[in-house]
Amino acid sequence: MTIRNAKHATFTIERVYPAAPARVFAAWSDKEAKTAWAYCHEEWPVSEHVFDFREGGREHLVTGPAGGTRHVFDAVYHDIVPDQRIVYAYDMHLGERRISVSLTTIEFFAVAGGTRLVFTEQGVFFDGYDDIAGREEGTRIGLDNLDRQLRQQRAA
Amino acid sequence: MLNYQAPLDLAFQALADPTRRVMVERLSQGPASVSELARPLDMTLSAVVQHLAVLEASGLVRSQKVGRVRTCRIEPTALHSAERWISERRASWERRLDRLGAFLAETEPTAKPRRKK
Repeated sequence: MTIRNAKHATFTIERVYPAAPARVFAAWSDKEAKTAWAYCHEEWPVSEHVFDFREGGREHLVTGPAGGTRHVFDAVYHDIVPDQRIVYAYDMHLGERRISVSLTTIEFFAVAGGTRLVFTEQGVFFDGYDDIAGREEGTRIGLDNLDRQLRQQRAA
Repeated sequence: MLNYQAPLDLAFQALADPTRRVMVERLSQGPASVSELARPLDMTLSAVVQHLAVLEASGLVRSQKVGRVRTCRIEPTALHSAERWISERRASWERRLDRLGAFLAETEPTAKPRRKK
């Protein structure tokens, strides 16, 4: 069952922060600041982190559970307009498997009392599991509706 | 916010065992009866049934009994999951952007003299 498919998706998330665009932008442009909030699992050791925030610069982050699957984020910053916009393209690997290639746009709009941030990710997400590591990760992701499924099964 | 921890534990427990991995590998090639699943395994049928129960509880595998034969199959929603990558990606960004809000509040220059936690 090595099924290969490529699924395209776009999602947008908006937030309004009571902080000036320059401060919100700085939370993305400064390595120390970004490290303080952007990495999902604080308990995961970061084994490599390159952060070259300029057009053409690269961000490379390797993390993951201790002894577990490596999560590798590899980005190139394509467009940076200070306090207004950041565009980067990246791919994501779990172990040896590339799970997605994406284009991310972050826009910062000055609004009364703060900043409206619009985060848009356009990506192609890959499927197909031919090793256990990939299957475990895919399963982890896939099981967010497990409880509901189990309840339905019990009810049936 | 969805809680990923419990299903994660179930799936990892289910796949942590080499016998169950063999069963999942077999089922990834197509449905099989319990006795077909047991054939390559050096264990009793009842042990195989116990492993199957763990796999079913994790949501990875489902089985259905028709007559005297229980047929097992991979649960496709658990394994074909490009859509799941997408929903997980979105959820993780929702969490991050919430943390960005908290970070901005913590580092607010007028609210607190210290810039960094």
